[in-house]
Amino acid sequence: MDKHSWAWFHRFASPPYLYRVAGSLAPWFAWTAALLIGIGLYGGLWSSPPDYQQGDGFRIIYIHVPSAYLSMLCYSLLALASAVGLVWRLKLAHAVAAAAAPLGASFTLLALVTGSLWGKPMWGTFWVWDARLTSELILLFLYLGFIALSRAYEDSRSGDRASAVLALVGVVNLPIIHYSVVWWSSLHQGSTRFFGEDAQIAPSMLIPLLLMILGFTFLFGACLLKRVQVEVLTRERNAAWAMEVLR
Amino acid sequence: MSAPFGALLGRDIRLAYRRRGELAMPAIFFVLVTALFPLGLSPQPELLRSVGPGVVWVAALLAGLIGQQTLFKGDFDDGSLEQLTLCPMPLELVALARVASHWLTTGLPIVLLSPLMGLLMDYPGEAMGTLALSLFLGTAILSLLGAVGAALTVGLRQSGMLMPVLVLPLAVPVLIFGAQAAAQAARAEDPAGALYLLGAMMVLGISLAPFAIAAAVRVSLES
Amino acid sequence: MKSLHEFLSMGGYAVYVWPAYAVAVVVVAVNAISPSLRLRQLKAEIRAHGAAKP
Repeated sequence: MDKHSWAWFHRFASPPYLYRVAGSLAPWFAWTAALLIGIGLYGGLWSSPPDYQQGDGFRIIYIHVPSAYLSMLCYSLLALASAVGLVWRLKLAHAVAAAAAPLGASFTLLALVTGSLWGKPMWGTFWVWDARLTSELILLFLYLGFIALSRAYEDSRSGDRASAVLALVGVVNLPIIHYSVVWWSSLHQGSTRFFGEDAQIAPSMLIPLLLMILGFTFLFGACLLKRVQVEVLTRERNAAWAMEVLR
Repeated sequence: MSAPFGALLGRDIRLAYRRRGELAMPAIFFVLVTALFPLGLSPQPELLRSVGPGVVWVAALLAGLIGQQTLFKGDFDDGSLEQLTLCPMPLELVALARVASHWLTTGLPIVLLSPLMGLLMDYPGEAMGTLALSLFLGTAILSLLGAVGAALTVGLRQSGMLMPVLVLPLAVPVLIFGAQAAAQAARAEDPAGALYLLGAMMVLGISLAPFAIAAAVRVSLES
Repeated sequence: MKSLHEFLSMGGYAVYVWPAYAVAVVVVAVNAISPSLRLRQLKAEIRAHGAAKP
């Protein structure tokens, strides 16, 4: 393969380059996110009519679904970055994984909290051992394990590599966990009144939802870029470029 | 390849046998935890029958994992783990030998004790074979998973409860299918589906876990 | 056009909808602000101790 076609990739392996790119992209992501979420919230909370079955209770969907989606997107990113870090021994990939983990954990927590706040009026209890809620809970523990393991090592490089191995074991297990939980909950409880994929969703609801999902993704991107900056600078604080970057 | 594998397995089992007192701990723990449930809940036979499979399974899960925290500790501390990475046999096979010896010394006793625990939980006698079979497959998977956790945390001075916290979420499918098979057998239903899935997970675990364990051991030795 | 009161009461679901949004605001705010604060702190540390300190 042509050596030059990988030049762009190698530039990202340079800490100062990644630090600068992340720093200059973050505001763009943040403003795009603010715009999309602003329009999405207006459409979702104000202009769309209440659901005929759930009244205004359904409006939790506009944060629940984006955060649940992000919790899974973030784990895939975490696993991908971990794999790149382990295979190519790319330190910066581990920095991205370390930056993604707390974000993923917080969005998982948000999905759980909003899910149970939604469950109370719809199901009558704050917690139902529904397949999706249960696998989301296990996902939270996977994130917490990743963070705990990487911080337990005094040497950050070993911590990075150990938690990367854990992330890869986790990503192989995630589909198994998900389907086992689905199978288990379908055996344990009758059909939940979870309006699912078969329910028709009105465009007045769908468009704000899509905007919110897109907005949350950009928000996630902005937070991730900022965290990547923190991780890169923490790991490289003794490097010469760290002083230069401050000038 | 099989001669060094056997030698390693024999060494690990001999080492375990020399510390018989420690060896009995997971089994005693398993019996104790199972016995706590009737005391904590209520000794009514109907209740015990309905929670029995789950209780025996959770007890087996905890007993297996808690003892496994020190799986690589001794070899790590005295440097023999580093020597083992240098031997001509792939580290993956070394890891598999260690998991096999751990399963033979803790998993197997739990499997053999499980019918007794079934009796305590008023588990139907004719389903006892399924309970033992589900634990036979399940404890093997748990030994593999636990070894990944043990290898990841062996280099840490203060690991504490970290290893079970890492491994327990990953053990959820094993618990679900294992307890499901045992419960279905108790209701005189066909447990084949859950048992097949456990078997599939065991095959997947035996083929993939050694690579994860070996990678984790290498990371721990680097630190 | 609906009234502000109607909007705030969320058809009786206000107790569930608004806490959900409040939690979301808190999570997003923490995620947005904490890395910036940490970055500032880190830069101050690097400036104070120079690149020599481990």
